[in-house]
Amino acid sequence: MKLNVLVYLSNIKQLAIRMASQLSKTKRTFVALLTVTMAAFVLTGCQSGVLAPMGLVANAEKKLLIAALCVMLIVVVPTIIMSFAFAIMYRKNKKSTYAPDWAHNNWIEAVCWGIPCIIIVILGIWAWNTTHRYDPYRQLDVGGKPMVIQAVSLRWKWLFIYPEQHIATVNRLVIPVNRQIEFQITSDAPMNAFFVPQLTSQIYAMAGMRTRLHAIAQKTGMMPGFSANFSGTGFTDMNFKVYSVPVSVFHHWVAHVASVQNPLTVSAYAQIAKPSTNVKPIMYSAVQPHLFNMILNQFMLPHHNFYKRQANKLVTGV
Amino acid sequence: MLEHLILGNLSWSQVPMGNPIVMGAIGFMVLIAIAVLGSLTYFKAWGYFWREWICTVDHKKIGIMYVVLAFVMFFRAFVEAVMMRFQQAIAAGAHTGYLPPDHYDQFFTEHGVIMIFFMAMPFMFGLINIALPLKIGARDVAFPYLNSFSLWMTVVAAMLLNVSLIIGDFAQTGWLAYPPLSELTYSPGVGVDYYCWAVQISGVGSLLSGINFTATIFRMRCPGMTFMKMPIFAWTVLCAMILVIIAFPVLTVTLALLMLDRTVGMHFFTQHFGGNVMMYVNLIWAWGHPEVYILILPAFGIYSEIVPTFCRKPLFGYNTMVYATVCITFLAFVVWLHHFFTMGAGADVNAFFGIMTMIIAIPTGVKVFNWIFTMFRGRITFTAPMIWTMGFLTTFVIGGMTGVLMALPVADFQTHNSLFLVAHFHNVIIGGVVFGYFAGLTYWWPKMFGFKLNDRIGKWSAYCWIGGFYVAFLPLYVLGLLGVTRRISHYSNAAFQPYFIVAAIGACIIALGVALQFYQLFYSIKHREALRDTTGDPWDGRTLEWTLPSPAPFYNFAHIPTVESRDDFWRRKQEGLPSQQDGPYNDVHMPRNTPYGFLIAVAAGVLGFATIWHMWLLAAIGFIGIFVLIIAKSLNLDVDYYVTAKEVAETEAACKKGATA
Repeated sequence: MKLNVLVYLSNIKQLAIRMASQLSKTKRTFVALLTVTMAAFVLTGCQSGVLAPMGLVANAEKKLLIAALCVMLIVVVPTIIMSFAFAIMYRKNKKSTYAPDWAHNNWIEAVCWGIPCIIIVILGIWAWNTTHRYDPYRQLDVGGKPMVIQAVSLRWKWLFIYPEQHIATVNRLVIPVNRQIEFQITSDAPMNAFFVPQLTSQIYAMAGMRTRLHAIAQKTGMMPGFSANFSGTGFTDMNFKVYSVPVSVFHHWVAHVASVQNPLTVSAYAQIAKPSTNVKPIMYSAVQPHLFNMILNQFMLPHHNFYKRQANKLVTGV
Repeated sequence: MLEHLILGNLSWSQVPMGNPIVMGAIGFMVLIAIAVLGSLTYFKAWGYFWREWICTVDHKKIGIMYVVLAFVMFFRAFVEAVMMRFQQAIAAGAHTGYLPPDHYDQFFTEHGVIMIFFMAMPFMFGLINIALPLKIGARDVAFPYLNSFSLWMTVVAAMLLNVSLIIGDFAQTGWLAYPPLSELTYSPGVGVDYYCWAVQISGVGSLLSGINFTATIFRMRCPGMTFMKMPIFAWTVLCAMILVIIAFPVLTVTLALLMLDRTVGMHFFTQHFGGNVMMYVNLIWAWGHPEVYILILPAFGIYSEIVPTFCRKPLFGYNTMVYATVCITFLAFVVWLHHFFTMGAGADVNAFFGIMTMIIAIPTGVKVFNWIFTMFRGRITFTAPMIWTMGFLTTFVIGGMTGVLMALPVADFQTHNSLFLVAHFHNVIIGGVVFGYFAGLTYWWPKMFGFKLNDRIGKWSAYCWIGGFYVAFLPLYVLGLLGVTRRISHYSNAAFQPYFIVAAIGACIIALGVALQFYQLFYSIKHREALRDTTGDPWDGRTLEWTLPSPAPFYNFAHIPTVESRDDFWRRKQEGLPSQQDGPYNDVHMPRNTPYGFLIAVAAGVLGFATIWHMWLLAAIGFIGIFVLIIAKSLNLDVDYYVTAKEVAETEAACKKGATA
């Protein structure tokens, strides 16, 4: 909170300049939005998020969202129309029927309870089935053994460990297309959520706990990823790019990273675990064995002294 | 040593002198305080203010003070909302906006905390205080002194929150302060302590109010008013208050544990030593989900009073409405997990809570149909309360739909914590709760002050609010689906910016609606003689509060009424009976005003402030103060008096004279 007046004033000045330059642009954008809202929605709308899925799970989620929306609109649209129709029909100055004591009708009440019940039964069945099919912990119904990637949320960046490839990265994720990935997720920071909307579901990253998430990219390309749970000052910049690439390119990339001569030792981890914001991607050519479990266990081990030794190891790098 | 005992961690460096926005806000607050205190002194009104307002146990005055508090706090949180909208409208690409992250983080935390705890809750208790005893034919609530105490606890808590602006800072954790972010490791400042104490103190007030109104409804209904003859408002308040009684202790315990973690180094929710973060998230939502029903149920009750009045027809499906309300009350406690499907619970658990959440939509949907069928074959007058209700019907149906969408766990895996979620809960809270409370305020205003609010300005305000709401929040739905998460202070993808700009314009339209509300207030006060309600029944109402003169005399009912049916006043009017019984007046038993509620609350505020800053000497004084005051209050047996029949007759005659004049 102790902020420099000058920083503030310069921010406000920037704001003024920006607003002035924005004004004509804003006007144009707003007019465009008003006239072709739907077109604008289609044009800008399908380039990111769940509306432009690149993974199997995200695709299923998009379909479910649209299907559920349509089913509910069956009851929502008539309800809204009915509320306006009655409001217009039975205005005071109209000569329509007035039934001052009418307040009950078994048929109408049956319909009022019945229709929502039917909709909810349909949605309930969908909910049960999809929740089980796309449970983040469950392997997706595709062949092959999943490739494991371990994700650690730090203040305020993401560390990705590839235990099978013995490499690691910060704020950069490269995955082979059409290969199932099992993310194992934890945190060495406040609670975060690992989220790549175009790829798959989101799941919390919590210290001392390992959450799991399965995904498979069906298209090559870049997808934005970020933390979806507020975790402090640098939260906004906890972004990373996910590249889905053909398998051959992936192997090539792994070989490249393995050759950069920058191992992720315990002391290197202690360095990167310190708070920092807006961190550029980093590649690590090798990883301290069992680093993920060490990060996990520092919060879990019951014995006070043992915990202390373990924690010291991580902090001092000895 | 002594200095630390007295001053704790407090020092001049805690006042944010270098921050123009904060200093501006402080200056504004100080000006208002000076204006209020100055005018009290100028008009020599201190004695009147102390006797008639601070010490009052009259539920109508307490209700008015709750509503004033709600509006003051609403103003602050609304300004914060508009500033956040501007921040996000400009912070695209390389620009990071004009609010630095730590300031922005405080804004969204304060906005949430204030809007729920210090705007919606006081507004709700205000309207319940004003309307409920009148609607059930009671002279006051069951525990008038507790009512005063609840009010002042809420006021003191709100002031504690406002003090955080001047001394120290407020939490930067989001409105529910999830640990471990809210633990000392990651939030070493006083912000979270302010949060805990403010919410804790107001929470005590809310809990006691819940008990108070439950007892009032159970014990103080007038003769003949069986449960199934109560106005729906009384039913929804009863259900909401039962939710308060069950849910608020959970909040109190949860925050007490967090305070123990922070203040004396315990480990309930820390990362280390066996603390369990997930326990906090479960507990806070075991309170938090019922809380949204606590807010919305009384609003449902208000709509259920307004629609029949302005359609001149009884509510369609009264029994159904009662069953639906009770269903919602039960279901409110078996859905909390839908706030964290993404925490990694198994598919069975997620599916169960998802389906339970959807089931809540059934009774809620039934209610909507009931209001719509109440309009069917009615004679609808479109006054401002009815416009709010129409806005509510459409908006709430849409908000309910997106809510059910998010109840599908797999859909929630995409929309959770996104702007889609933000749009959803604003959709139901603004469209349901806020519109309802504004409608209720306009509806009962004449009963509070004796004159109506100007209807035309009120309608324009409602149009601005409703239209502005859609412009402000529909873009957020789209942004959520585009993958924009909540609580970000800037974003790199410039394609999002048009949506944020539209949302900011929507916020401005709502601001116009707010401005019109204040204009309506000033206009109506200025023209109050033209707007005066001389009949006591300005809307051709149906329930007992409209049998009284406006404003209601301090003892409410000279004769306790006897009712024979629902909408008993309407029946009497139809049958040509007088609105009130005649006959000689009796002495009226009334509770005596008392300053103890105010004093204990102030002592609680001192304890809170002192503990936040580790000023242990002052904390001890505050704690002992509470204790001594409670004992002193218990020893005070002069708690009631009788208004003589003669005085009642004179007051009633004055009311009648005022009505004819």
